[in-house]
Amino acid sequence: MKTKFTTDTKLESEIAYFENINLKLESGDIIDNFKLAFKTYGKLNADKTNAILVCHALTGDQYVAGNNPITGREGWWSRMVGPNKPIDTHKFFVICSNVLGGCAGSTGPKELRNGSDVAYGGNFPSVTIKDMVKAQSLLIESLNIENLFSVIGGSMGAMQALQWAIDFPDKILNIIHIAGALKHSAQNIAFHEVGRQAIMSDPIWKNGKYFENNEVPERGLSVARMIAHITYLSENAMHRKFGRKLQSRDIISFGFDADFQVESYLRYQGKSFVERFDANSYLYLTRAMDYFDHDETFRKNIEFSHNPNNHLKYLIVSFTSDWLFPTIESKMIVNQLNSLSREVSFLEIDTDKGHDSFLLEEPQLDDVIKGFLTNNFAKIDE
Amino acid sequence: MNKINSIRKDWSLIETLIAEDRKILDIGCGDGGLMEQLENNRNAITHGIELNRDLAANAIARGFNVVHGNAELDLSQYSNNSFDYVILSQTLQAMMKPKDILSELLRIGSKAIVSFPNFGHWKIRLQLLISGKMPVTESLPYTWYDTPNIHFFTIKDFLNLCNEMNIVIEKSIGLTSKGKQFDISESVTGVNFFTHEAIFLLSYKNYEPVKIKSSKKVFAKNSVIAN
Repeated sequence: MKTKFTTDTKLESEIAYFENINLKLESGDIIDNFKLAFKTYGKLNADKTNAILVCHALTGDQYVAGNNPITGREGWWSRMVGPNKPIDTHKFFVICSNVLGGCAGSTGPKELRNGSDVAYGGNFPSVTIKDMVKAQSLLIESLNIENLFSVIGGSMGAMQALQWAIDFPDKILNIIHIAGALKHSAQNIAFHEVGRQAIMSDPIWKNGKYFENNEVPERGLSVARMIAHITYLSENAMHRKFGRKLQSRDIISFGFDADFQVESYLRYQGKSFVERFDANSYLYLTRAMDYFDHDETFRKNIEFSHNPNNHLKYLIVSFTSDWLFPTIESKMIVNQLNSLSREVSFLEIDTDKGHDSFLLEEPQLDDVIKGFLTNNFAKIDE
Repeated sequence: MNKINSIRKDWSLIETLIAEDRKILDIGCGDGGLMEQLENNRNAITHGIELNRDLAANAIARGFNVVHGNAELDLSQYSNNSFDYVILSQTLQAMMKPKDILSELLRIGSKAIVSFPNFGHWKIRLQLLISGKMPVTESLPYTWYDTPNIHFFTIKDFLNLCNEMNIVIEKSIGLTSKGKQFDISESVTGVNFFTHEAIFLLSYKNYEPVKIKSSKKVFAKNSVIAN
């Protein structure tokens, strides 16, 4: 395997090019060449034992910490990753790559197709969580890292962490799985479908070929984001944050302006999202989550894996108010691992912030992640 | 490695009942104090269950395998005979169904270690006799209406239950309220009167691991696809 590395100064990101790799996807399609945009934080130690892969969620990217040049804001998990943060970059070498099918520099629908000057658009092959993980494993390999100390992720990132435990258990020591599940539920698929329909019914979308006229299906994509954003919060959190408070007015307008603060907030979320995210990528990545299903197979895969996985440690975390990936889903993973006598820890954190809790201020989450990593790292360092 | 001294008297006694290099489940493990002691002093592999969220979080942050959950609901997920010892310390009297829990302990573990405060202790008997009110003592410090201890029992009651369930008492240690230690099985008189706290090592009669015979061939290496 030959991998070229470059730095994209505009994206402030490393890019790994995999050429003539013939990556076979779960769908059967093959990608000859692809690239992954990634960032690293901290330093790899001499024994290469301190590497951690952080997997981003649906609309995340490789900018875990520091500046994100696309949004001009701080990285999405800068409160968790950095010097003296729970995932301490004084101690660990943190890698995060934009997923295959993403839109922050990795090969995805908005990138040019091999040897052509036209973007993939709707011709991009269907990618799955398994495919994303396979691409990540090639990246890790090309960085000459044999073993990862940990794979960490929330939501879609948790799906990737679980997939690592299934496909490459011999290359990792533990996973931290936050607000995830063995499968994407019917309700979750339903919400994604509404989001996709919003994008596809925008006349600008044009079967995914909107880029030909340099246009963006802004309306569809922003509605998709607004729907999704509701599912990331909880009723209590919304009530606490907005209640029925009016936006920049004292009385209701008897019209369809954003009278309420919650409306104004959702409109803002939708609007800012279209500036940073590709509509086609959103279709592909939501689909990848929908296809994720280890409900029937997880236990079997762990028990009868041809890769040794007895050594793996699991930290599973859920949140009381997360109705997208409720605690019961996490407990199913815990039950199956306990029935196989695997080393698993589980905590349900009490919060009203909903699914998004993993991105927000939750001291108990910080404590368990920091402690789990530090103490388990001390054990291999002995 | 330096031995860790027990924080609690019953922990040091529990440690004496446990052999080296064993796999242990600690039910109601708190922040992992006993697990730490057994990992350090007995080279044990430990797992724990803790109902209290903050204690479970502390234990996980200290690096222990701890599941935040309710033993009365969550023990069923563990496979038969998957631990060498299952420890239930000072909790049996707080369980909804102590008998079911006891049989679960010996399903999951080859051996169980159970400790509990003895309701037959003379101070408790005396309090009830003289005051006519539910006793409140150092080891049972709650008033009747807000106590987590919903099933009071004495050493005699426990011995009867074990007998009924075909459970063998391999070892039994009693502690007086002044911390004096004795062997319950060797003491003839007054055990149920003077024992303040009791610790039992339990197993099943004629226990042999269940051997599963299968007509199917055992999986050959590499024959199962991981996806």
